[in-house]
Amino acid sequence: MNFSEAFKLSSLLCRFSPDGKYLASCVQYRLVVRDVSTLQIRQLYTCLDQIQHIEWSADSLFILCAMYRRGLVQVWSLEQPEWHCKIDEGSAGLVASCWSPDGRHILNTTEFHLRITVWSLCTKSVSYIKYPKACQQGVTFTRDGRYMALAERRDCKDYVSIFVCSDWQLLRHFDTDTQDLAGIEWAPNGCVLAVWDTCLEYKILLYSLDGRLLSAYCAYEWSLGIKSVAWSPSSQFLAVGSYDGKVRLLNHVTWKMITEFGHPAAINNPKIVVYKEAEKGPPLGLGRLSFPPPLPLAAPLSASESKYEIASVPVSLQTLKPATDRANPRMGVGMLAFSADSYFLATRNDNVPNTVWVWDIQKLRLFVVLEQLAPVRSFLWDPQQPRLAICTGGSKVTFRCFLCAGIQVGTPWPSSVRITSVFVSWTPKRGSTQLWNNGTAMRRPWWNPQQGLRVPGLGRTRFPWELSGCHVPAQ
Amino acid sequence: MGDWMTITDPGLSAESKNISQYTSETKMSPSSLYSQQVLCSSIPLSKNVHSFFSAFCTEENIEQSISYLDQELTTFGFPSLYEESKSKDTKRELNIVAVLNCMNELLVLQRKNLLAQENVETKNLKLGSDMDHLQNCYAKLKEQLETSRREMIGLQERDRQLQCKNRNLHQLLKNEKDEVQKLQNIIASRATQYNHDMKRKEREYNKLKERLHQLVMNKKDKKITMDVLNYVGRADGKRGSWRTGKTEARNEDEMYKILLNDYEYRQKQILMENAELKKVLQQMKKEMISLLSPQKKKPRERADDSTGTVISDVEEDAGELTRESMWDLSCETVREQLTNSIRKQWRILKSHVEKLDNQVSKVHLEGFNDEDVISRQDHEQETEKLELEIQQCKEMIKTQQQLLQQLATACDDDTTSLLRDCYLLEEKERLKEEWSLFKEQKKNFEKERRNFTEAAIRLGLERKAFEEERASWLKQQFLNMTTFDHQNSENVKLFSAFSGSSDRDNLIVHSRTQQKKPHSVSNGSPVCISKLTKSLPASPSTSDFCPTRSCVSEHSSINVLNITPEETTPNQVGRECTNQKWSIASRPGSQEGCYSGCSLTYTNSHVEKDDLP
Repeated sequence: MNFSEAFKLSSLLCRFSPDGKYLASCVQYRLVVRDVSTLQIRQLYTCLDQIQHIEWSADSLFILCAMYRRGLVQVWSLEQPEWHCKIDEGSAGLVASCWSPDGRHILNTTEFHLRITVWSLCTKSVSYIKYPKACQQGVTFTRDGRYMALAERRDCKDYVSIFVCSDWQLLRHFDTDTQDLAGIEWAPNGCVLAVWDTCLEYKILLYSLDGRLLSAYCAYEWSLGIKSVAWSPSSQFLAVGSYDGKVRLLNHVTWKMITEFGHPAAINNPKIVVYKEAEKGPPLGLGRLSFPPPLPLAAPLSASESKYEIASVPVSLQTLKPATDRANPRMGVGMLAFSADSYFLATRNDNVPNTVWVWDIQKLRLFVVLEQLAPVRSFLWDPQQPRLAICTGGSKVTFRCFLCAGIQVGTPWPSSVRITSVFVSWTPKRGSTQLWNNGTAMRRPWWNPQQGLRVPGLGRTRFPWELSGCHVPAQ
Repeated sequence: MGDWMTITDPGLSAESKNISQYTSETKMSPSSLYSQQVLCSSIPLSKNVHSFFSAFCTEENIEQSISYLDQELTTFGFPSLYEESKSKDTKRELNIVAVLNCMNELLVLQRKNLLAQENVETKNLKLGSDMDHLQNCYAKLKEQLETSRREMIGLQERDRQLQCKNRNLHQLLKNEKDEVQKLQNIIASRATQYNHDMKRKEREYNKLKERLHQLVMNKKDKKITMDVLNYVGRADGKRGSWRTGKTEARNEDEMYKILLNDYEYRQKQILMENAELKKVLQQMKKEMISLLSPQKKKPRERADDSTGTVISDVEEDAGELTRESMWDLSCETVREQLTNSIRKQWRILKSHVEKLDNQVSKVHLEGFNDEDVISRQDHEQETEKLELEIQQCKEMIKTQQQLLQQLATACDDDTTSLLRDCYLLEEKERLKEEWSLFKEQKKNFEKERRNFTEAAIRLGLERKAFEEERASWLKQQFLNMTTFDHQNSENVKLFSAFSGSSDRDNLIVHSRTQQKKPHSVSNGSPVCISKLTKSLPASPSTSDFCPTRSCVSEHSSINVLNITPEETTPNQVGRECTNQKWSIASRPGSQEGCYSGCSLTYTNSHVEKDDLP
């Protein structure tokens, strides 16, 4: 375990640049950009108000700082510190701001989702897109950054518009056969758009890039429907998690269901290995863990470690009884993630919150079940290898890594962090992760190509190099 | 007990009635009065018996009592107490013996009766207890019946209640169903209502939005601005282009290109997959054909229609297989053909396998009574044997090849010729040696022959001399014995006869020698032959061969000696000839033995030489 010194931080705004060289963090109205290798401050920018959202452009040249309260967006250039850009949305207000994939356009969503304004940094041209729909996932870009799909709502009907990102020209505009569209997602190959309906109705529609309806799938009726959707990186499978606690895999040829994965609370199959997290005694004198953390703060906090134990097979998992009379009940498959090589699928059933299921996609069967001590907050696959980072939370957050390829499953990096909520992300290149606590602003995992695990405590950030675990003190 | 009593009583009474009638009849004539008196008195008498036993018979009524008893006893079948009177008038006298007998019998009867009574009483008791038990049982069963009846009633009651409940529940279910239906209807109506409301609200909201939009956006809001120091270049380095129809068309083109690329990629993948699958199919087909073709004969023999036709298909397909290019064509007909043929073959295979399964099961069922089916063990043994043989043959071939190679490689043409030459030389030398030996032997032979002829001549001369001597001696004897001249001629005859007899003598001698000779031959030759036959196949050792040879030669020399005297006899010629031959073959002397040994070794060496090339 190795930690950097702690940095001040506000609103949990801390992002690695996509190329992994820089780290941007916010302290009130100041934006600090550091060099990752030396941790020296590279640039310091001062914004007009307290920053609420920051985002790196895809080419790591610009940083966008959004101040929603003032309806302001400020853009800073890393190469030219004196260059500045300020976008004022005026009385229309601002609720969201993001970069286009080319890093030269900024998409601002006005209050009440009146319109989306596309500001260009290259030309004076400004484009407006009317009627954007306020939904779970209304905007999605293809992976090559060429097209943007936008969910719209006009005259009580859902529409999808496909724009060409290079000149923001409308390519296709078609209505979707949905009651209340909840989200859209491009397939990684950029040729198929998945559109799913609100949770009141199980319906998923697949549209080609040219707006043709390829297929529609409905597993059942009269019950709460889709909760989460994920494409496999190979665009071969579409995993649909629903409120009935099942994941259904659709294939890319016929768009029919290949198989469905149930998430029973009791596991009887002796072929499935169930790993149970267990508390470990004081870690003193234990090989790698005994390596003294350089920070004196870390020592007293590494009080409890944990490890995985293989449970004997008829296992009953801890379940939560969902309150069905309330909106958004805690049930069904709420989290889905394919590994980068598409061989594994990790899922979490929300009424079995402590458990992560890992499915073998090659054999289309359950592979491993990981039961944690605390509820799973999030998990992410390593983009390089079949390795899963799991974040569990409660009063204490543990972060662990799980290898699917080998038998090397266990507790490579246990840690306990006293944070209320954490998000994890894997770096795309060197296999390190980031953790955020209380990530209100950050919803999408951010790829950090830089070594080390960043655990922002309340206002402080630490970098454990050659990470084995990390601890953040409570304030 | 009471029943029994009631049953027995009437009989007894009837009997007694009969008896009494009979007695009254019999006693009517002599003294009816008396009898009546007795009868009358009997009643008080019986009373008397009951009151005091001694009062039955008193001093005064002895007669009466005796007569009464007699009467009674006779009625019961006892002999009369009185002696039989000769006349009616004379008073009958009491027969004491009869009385005593009667008494004894009565006593015996009494005892019997007592015993019977006892038995009956015990039986009665037993039956009574049985009766009690049965009554108890009956009571219990009755109770049980009662309880079960009660239970049944209870159960029936419960059943009724449950049925009632069930009916109620059914009713409730129906109600619930109705309720559900109603609720569903309500939900549906609510949903439509909600949707309707939603739509209305949304419309209103949209109106508001529109209004807001107009208000906010169309006011030329000075605030909505972008303040940039200087515009930056595009990420791709290109300049932005104006939106025209052209760009639109270009965008469309690009989109379609992307889609096309995707489809092409997918098609390629599918093609690859197809190719692989085709390969697999092809292989499968080939394997199937190879699997099925050896079984062609058998099914044909069995004259199975389906297999016959199918096999012709297989052959056709085998013909098709050669046209490999067909596989690359992915037109529908070929595909159909392929799938059809595969299907057919699969069917054959399946049927065949099923048949085999059936056979196996049959064999299992029937045991080993299938005669024409060779058992597996035999098969295996046979195959093992054959494999071994093949292995041996292979090894042989290998060694031969190796030898050939060695010869081919080690010996060039010159060396081979040289080698051949040297072999020839050796042979020549050996031949020369043999030749010289042969010559020597010939010389010896000739010498012997000469000796032999000389000896024969000598013998002939001696014989002549001897005969002359004998003739002279006979003449002398004759002359001595007979003085008559005329007898001379007879003597001549006699002589001739004698000469014949001499011949006979000779014959006898000859037979003797003959008897001797075969013996000698048998002594020598079989040993030799056996030895020869024994020693020939094995490596011949001259050392053990020579002595036998010499022994044989000794024998033969003896033979020769034996023979020589009878040489002149004509019978002897053939025998002599054979003997001669034999003697030639087995010439005495160490040289001969050596020769034979040599020749043998020579042949042996020759054999070895044969082996070499």
